[in-house]
Amino acid sequence: MATLRRFGFGLLCLVMAAIAVLPVPDFWITQLNYIGIYAMVALGLVLLTGVAGLTSFGQAAFVGVGAYTAAYLAVTLGVSPWLTLLVGIALSVVVALVLGAITLRMSGHYLPLATIAWGLTIYYTISNMEFLGKYDGLLGVPPITVAGFSLGTGRGLYVLIWALALASALAVTHLLDSRPGRAIRSLKTGTTMAEAMGISTLRYKIIAFVLAAVLASISGWLFAHFQRSVNPTPFGVHKGIEYLFMAVLGGVGHVWGAFIGAGVVKLVEDQLQVLLPKLIGTSGNFEIIVFGLVLIAVLKYAPDGLWTFVTKRLPAPRRVRDWQGAAPLPTRDKPQRGDLLLEVDQVRKQFGGLVAVNDVSFAIRAGDIVGLIGPNGAGKSTTFNLITGVLSMTRGAVRFRGQPVGGLSSRQIAERGMSRTFQHVKMIPEMTVLENVALGGYLRTRSGPLRAMLRLDRAEERCLFAEAEAQLARIGMAEQMHELAGNLALGPQRLMEIARALCTDPALLLLDEPAAGLRHKEKQALADVLRQLKREGLSILLVEHDMDFVMGLTDRIVVMEFGTRLIEGTPEEVQASPIVRAAYLGTEH
Amino acid sequence: MDFSIAAILALDGLTNGAVYALLALATVLVFAVTRVIFIPQGEFVAFGALTLAMLQQGKVPGTVWFLLVMALGCSVADVVDGLRHHHGPARIARRLLGTLAYPLAISAFTLWAAPQNFSLGVQALLTLALVTPFGNLLYRLAYESLADASVLVLLIVSVGVHFALTGLGLFFFGAEGFRNPSFWDARFTLGPLALSGQTVIIFGASLALIVALWLFFERSLWGKALRATAVNRLGARLMGISSDGAGRLTFTLAAFIGALSGLLIGPTTTVFYDSGFLIGLKGFVAAVFAGLASYPQALLGALAVGLLESFGSFWASAYKEVIVFGSILPMLLWRSLRDPHSEEH
Repeated sequence: MATLRRFGFGLLCLVMAAIAVLPVPDFWITQLNYIGIYAMVALGLVLLTGVAGLTSFGQAAFVGVGAYTAAYLAVTLGVSPWLTLLVGIALSVVVALVLGAITLRMSGHYLPLATIAWGLTIYYTISNMEFLGKYDGLLGVPPITVAGFSLGTGRGLYVLIWALALASALAVTHLLDSRPGRAIRSLKTGTTMAEAMGISTLRYKIIAFVLAAVLASISGWLFAHFQRSVNPTPFGVHKGIEYLFMAVLGGVGHVWGAFIGAGVVKLVEDQLQVLLPKLIGTSGNFEIIVFGLVLIAVLKYAPDGLWTFVTKRLPAPRRVRDWQGAAPLPTRDKPQRGDLLLEVDQVRKQFGGLVAVNDVSFAIRAGDIVGLIGPNGAGKSTTFNLITGVLSMTRGAVRFRGQPVGGLSSRQIAERGMSRTFQHVKMIPEMTVLENVALGGYLRTRSGPLRAMLRLDRAEERCLFAEAEAQLARIGMAEQMHELAGNLALGPQRLMEIARALCTDPALLLLDEPAAGLRHKEKQALADVLRQLKREGLSILLVEHDMDFVMGLTDRIVVMEFGTRLIEGTPEEVQASPIVRAAYLGTEH
Repeated sequence: MDFSIAAILALDGLTNGAVYALLALATVLVFAVTRVIFIPQGEFVAFGALTLAMLQQGKVPGTVWFLLVMALGCSVADVVDGLRHHHGPARIARRLLGTLAYPLAISAFTLWAAPQNFSLGVQALLTLALVTPFGNLLYRLAYESLADASVLVLLIVSVGVHFALTGLGLFFFGAEGFRNPSFWDARFTLGPLALSGQTVIIFGASLALIVALWLFFERSLWGKALRATAVNRLGARLMGISSDGAGRLTFTLAAFIGALSGLLIGPTTTVFYDSGFLIGLKGFVAAVFAGLASYPQALLGALAVGLLESFGSFWASAYKEVIVFGSILPMLLWRSLRDPHSEEH
């Protein structure tokens, strides 16, 4: 079975190639042409909806852009189809960039809303443009020719369609297993963690949307040459919803789900279009009733779609460990032990009338472990979020290695060498531990989407995985690197977050309640790890509840209560302080 | 364009805008309480207009059978749910009665009343009584078990619901379009403007509904419960407000508002089974203008959409839809510049 997984793609290519030369009836060639064309659009939606957690109802409109560009340029100006392909892609990229730039800064549901509007707009625009033939469209699109040989609309075009469809599937598969791919996969779980790892989430949202638009545009180009004519009907919003239906039905999180979905929808649609009007007695597109009901049922009862029924039977693929001896990733120059590393100067945060952090100051020297403690609601986590740029401060200054970092985004702060973990573990549960940790190495690597799709990023990936494994080994988790992160218990998940933070090569590590929810043994293991990191020269800021844990570990402690700094000192000084006792246990009256 | 044409266009735009405003309010309400982006809001508009049209002809509207099918679907869900939780037959029967009683009663009444050719007013009330229960049934069938899903999943469910409702609309109402008679044939002249009775009714009904909604949310316990759910679902649940109950009530309101809009818009345009989509989406553009959050902004947005549409159809009639839906983009740009950091749900 494992071999099936490894060689499945090659096998599929062979089968699809064989169909072209075997005496398969023309009817099925036509059906397969439709399926390949639809699958490319659905593939874009897999990337956008299943992986990035965004969606678009306007993919049919991008198909329309590709199709009309091909048809108009070929029919009226006689431009070569290969040129019209590029023009169509360029046009859809421009549209996707504009729509993305406008909507993707806001909550995720503004993109689908904008794409509905865009889908309606483009439909009514092409339906009323004189030069695009209004509702009648454009006729007489010439077939594609390769080296003087016309591909026609049958077997010749079939080869081109499936070559492009399978190549797209391969490219998307490669992309998902790469630096930009992991960044795209991180989008669905919210932006805070990804930004803290230095990933520009806006950039990757736009990239996912643009790629989906490009796939749709290529599909439209094929569609125009397959139909030999274009009219506005197949590019309306309802077709856009149908593409989404294909992706959801097949399995919106899986590349091959797009193909299964496109196949099932196309074949079933043909049957329903004949059967339902006969059953009902009048003509009409009653198949949309079935589509609507099935769509709701799939989301309710099988949100992973049909493809999971296949993957359930296949063993999970295991990453081949091919990174022995890979070159180390670049490192940043570290501060000398004892240098002033972080200065928090009169930092204040107000939420309306509530002062959550009231002019708090403290400092961290390189090589120290500093604990930030206090009762619940003391403002520890808020202070932490102010330092790391997750929240913006109302007043005050934070200097990191002598440079002011107040007002910078968490991404820019990550670039300067601060790395953090989260009070509630933030990870991508469906990626392995190793891949999650590799997210930390995002800023130390360079490969972009194009390199990833062409598999030119392998050398760098090896370096990155070597580093990720080394960091996992550093905290004693190398054994579990191939497990899915979501399957880990809470303790190992917290350790994994630390490994991910270490993978950024930080000058200062910030841990937000790393011991919360851990068992006694796990706490000891964590304390050992942190001591070892300190020996290796790392500086750590620790927000924590557990007194024993903090006292045995830290060099200095800052105590907060009601948003203000109560006292700062060595663990012994803090332990002896009557005000700290009063804060924790109350005073006698 | 002279002043009189501008005035006529403005009146026309504001009239349609008043209807879009109702739909926009319903959209904002549904999103705030349930986080459902309710694309099929417009379907209720078509259902309302077509139901009245059929009653006008003395026929039993397809709505009756449609309603019974939905109620049947819900009762099947009731029975399955009851069996799964090992409830006794008496308890299951009580739930079935709760689900079926109203739809059966109103259907039976309609079967009797349809051929009687009652006055327009009575038929309008009957239409509201027939279409309003769709909201509750629809929420229970499509959304209730997904109440904790992400906004994105709920949105995709919404387009599924839209597909199913449009197709079922074709089945139950047929492909023919209808234009309803005016509720009030009076004509008034105000300077250059000729104000029809229907226009007066549209403004009056919209205003009355907005005031009623305001009173409902400000003064009634149910209204306050819905507001509490909108602010914080979990918190409201801890205070004993059922979020399922809130969802059902919200969808019932949405269906009522949709049906009423259908009655109002029916005499001004020919309505087909699938006309609701575009009408509803225009209310939607207004709701997006309001960030799916603010009722007064939704109202203003809807009037703007109405004006844009009427002036757009004067200057470039073929492109009026392009103008209306295209306007959502600058609106979104404005919103993203004003309020870029709304975090995901």
